[in-house]
Amino acid sequence: MIMSNPDRKLQKMVIDGVEIDYTPGETIYQIADRSGKHIPTLCNDPRLEPFGGCRLCVVEVDGSSNPVASCTTKATPGMVVRTNTDCLEEYRRVLLELLVSENREIDVDTLRGYASQEFAELVDRYDARSGRFVGVRSGRSRTDDDNPFILRDYDLCISCYRCVRVCAEREGDYAISVMNRGFRTQITTEFEGLLADSACTFCGQCIQTCPTGALADRKAISAAELQGAVEKTRTVCPYCGVGCSVDILTKGDTIVGVHPAMDGPANLGALCVKGQFAFDFVQHQDRLSAPLVRGEDGELHETDWDTALDRAAAGFSDVVANHGRHSVYAVASGRAPNEAAYILQKFMRAGWGTNHIDNCSRA
Amino acid sequence: MSNPLADMEKPDVIFCIGTNMTECHPVAATRLKRALARGAKMIVADPRQIGLSDLADIYLPIRVGSDVALLLAMAHVIERDNLTDPDFMAARTVGGEQFLQHVRQFPPEWAERITGVPAKDIEAAALLYGNAERGAIYYTLGVTEHICGVENVQSICNLALMTGNVGREGTGINPMRGQNNVQGAGDSGALPNNYPGFQPVTDPQFQNKFRQLWGTTVDIEKGMTKVTALGRAGDQIRAMLIDGENTLITDADRHHCEQALKSLDHLVVIDIFLTDTAQLADVVFPATAWGETDGACTNTERRVQRLRAAVPPSGEAKPDWWIVCELAKRLGFDGFDFDSPNQIFNELCDVSATYHGLDWDRIEHGAYQWPVPEKGHPGTPRLHEKEFPNGRGVFKIIEYRDPAETVSAEFPLWLTTGRRLQSYHSRTQTGRSRGIDFLLPEEVLEVHPEDLERWGLRDGGWCRVTSPRGSVEIKVKATRRSPRGTVFASFSFSNVPVNVLTGSGYDPITETAEVKVSVVRIEPCDSSSITV
Ligand code: SF4
Ligand code: SF4
Ligand code: FES
Repeated sequence: MIMSNPDRKLQKMVIDGVEIDYTPGETIYQIADRSGKHIPTLCNDPRLEPFGGCRLCVVEVDGSSNPVASCTTKATPGMVVRTNTDCLEEYRRVLLELLVSENREIDVDTLRGYASQEFAELVDRYDARSGRFVGVRSGRSRTDDDNPFILRDYDLCISCYRCVRVCAEREGDYAISVMNRGFRTQITTEFEGLLADSACTFCGQCIQTCPTGALADRKAISAAELQGAVEKTRTVCPYCGVGCSVDILTKGDTIVGVHPAMDGPANLGALCVKGQFAFDFVQHQDRLSAPLVRGEDGELHETDWDTALDRAAAGFSDVVANHGRHSVYAVASGRAPNEAAYILQKFMRAGWGTNHIDNCSRA
Repeated sequence: MSNPLADMEKPDVIFCIGTNMTECHPVAATRLKRALARGAKMIVADPRQIGLSDLADIYLPIRVGSDVALLLAMAHVIERDNLTDPDFMAARTVGGEQFLQHVRQFPPEWAERITGVPAKDIEAAALLYGNAERGAIYYTLGVTEHICGVENVQSICNLALMTGNVGREGTGINPMRGQNNVQGAGDSGALPNNYPGFQPVTDPQFQNKFRQLWGTTVDIEKGMTKVTALGRAGDQIRAMLIDGENTLITDADRHHCEQALKSLDHLVVIDIFLTDTAQLADVVFPATAWGETDGACTNTERRVQRLRAAVPPSGEAKPDWWIVCELAKRLGFDGFDFDSPNQIFNELCDVSATYHGLDWDRIEHGAYQWPVPEKGHPGTPRLHEKEFPNGRGVFKIIEYRDPAETVSAEFPLWLTTGRRLQSYHSRTQTGRSRGIDFLLPEEVLEVHPEDLERWGLRDGGWCRVTSPRGSVEIKVKATRRSPRGTVFASFSFSNVPVNVLTGSGYDPITETAEVKVSVVRIEPCDSSSITV
């Protein structure tokens, strides 16, 4: 039963001097974000439960002696919040400087993953490359994991746990977890083994949420040296019927990778191993690139379009002339777009005058 | 699917039957996992212990091909314990009285003898689903690829109708479509019995409509299904145009299929690779692939979305629609002067009832789920909210029947087939993507460890599997995922053409092959002759 819930009534709060309406249950970060405030975050991924680990998103709240994490703190009526005081900005900068000191490198190729630039962008925004701190490196790269999809370059890990959380909360796979604390924190599988020996399904979700590129798309970064900027084209995955939205990544005329579309209506940012990694069949050397016709010698030979089309059309004409219009049959593809199926059934129905058409759904 | 994918996060009780969702529709499965994390309960019925059964509250390891018996017994318990929804049945359905009468004959003890599942587990599953506020059923080819595929689906519908689990959030009867655009191919009219938008070819009203639209005479009889056409190849059927389907590997009974295609006078194949099927053709046309083609496609929840080209075609490859239009023009057919896919899609929308309110621009963001009967209509994420297509939901009286083949002294084991997470159909695509071999280098026959000794097999050794239709040699993998007496393989690898074995029978209505049930014997064999 749906009843109007009195608690859901809009409430008011103040952010940086401006009064804003909010729905009870919203966090300070969510309200600020939709009012155009750019509070920096690192452990936050809007698809995951708020975690409150990195402390970068802290804000000042009237009546509270210490700053609070805006990603985990829910707004209360009349709350007065400041998001960008000098003191907060300095605190954030020091935090970022410390993180910088713990990592091998900050600037990583954008092909590493969807969120891989988040950390570097914040470091630039806060001018946090001072080198003031000499940190102990946290996280050890797993150079022994030779799986073909996921580079586990934990030298760049900042322990935001987004990978662990996406694997558990979004995938339900629980393949990875966190071991140790402090500088010895390490993202690991059960028994510290290889991903292939764990519950991992190679969906790639951990890659796409990692804000530093510590987890990286091995197939994509193999194209890092290729010239040109990375372009994105929104389309739908070619595999199962769920219809996940993806962005194809290209450099020039080469497909170099796939990103899940975080706003894809069917998948909300999720993908599986096929949609994420099985894209390079498109530009495989085995692709047909010219029409083929069977010659006198019984073999298939490459030819031009006119020859092939004439030959195909003549073959159908002969058969229909000798055996009637119900002697031709067409099978439409369950993989090709709707236009292919529509045209093929029109070809059979309006062209030949037969309903002899089916698709592969029975296979 | 009657309900949107988003509803998969909302049931209290999930009933999955004949769907290996974590492998075949992994992203949909993540939604079910979220429902479970929220406290939903799950029943899984499948002959094999699949990924989903590890997450289930009640797992029903039914013998292959015994789905109807299970579903009848669940209906029995629901009727017996008054867990039906009488208001829904009275307002929205017909035939309920006879159906309730009918199921009184089929107690769980009866079903236990057929399915091999303890009666008390069937009872518990029925009570769980019957008591659900929001119960949702999900199924795939494990339900339809049987001689009784239609009866299986009707039995599922009966269960949903008697409990009123239709037309509301988090409920429904939800078949998951296998291929990316198998829904769209049917929507667009690539069916022997329907014009685009499921308008029957046998209905004079639609015959007139299309006669006028196309300015031609139309065929007033249903066409043949693909299975019948292959059966009559070389006889009544003399020429075929096959678009993007590796019929030889993916269809049941490979020997029969190969003979059928070879007996044609003329075979034209459109594909992106020279598949086993294309190798038999007289003419092969190179099609543009995913990533090279603009178009529309329709997913399992009836959402119409845009496909966009990101790179130029391979060599001289052309879109499928262009190839068929060029053929049509050469044959003197009118109505094939298209320059772009948007013109074709817009014509499809004009002539279709389900897409009528759509056009190329409207599907830009994939915001619509059909039916969209007119412009301005918001689309229909959830079907049957107020009524069924023909007014009322009809209960069907179903009886259990045995599969086309049952185990015997000569063929003492059940074989069931399916798909695996890492590969897709005949691997023309996944087999050509770097890294996939790392996860799934070869096909294996899954055999219960306790069955190894009985058949003289060794884990990792080779065996010959023989059905009444043929034999294949395949590596053995011992696993408790397959029950004793049942073996499993996928049909993805062409060096292990498992579809040589399948094809024992066909559903009389849909003519879908019973690839989920065959009978086989297995014996160890020397692998030296086999190259992998
Ligand atoms: S690839 Fe997917 S399953 Fe594997 S660890 Fe990453 S999120 Fe988890
Ligand atoms: S690997 Fe990446 S996502 Fe995971 S904890 Fe480290 S920085 Fe965060
Ligand atoms: S984003 Fe809020 S604590 Fe990390």
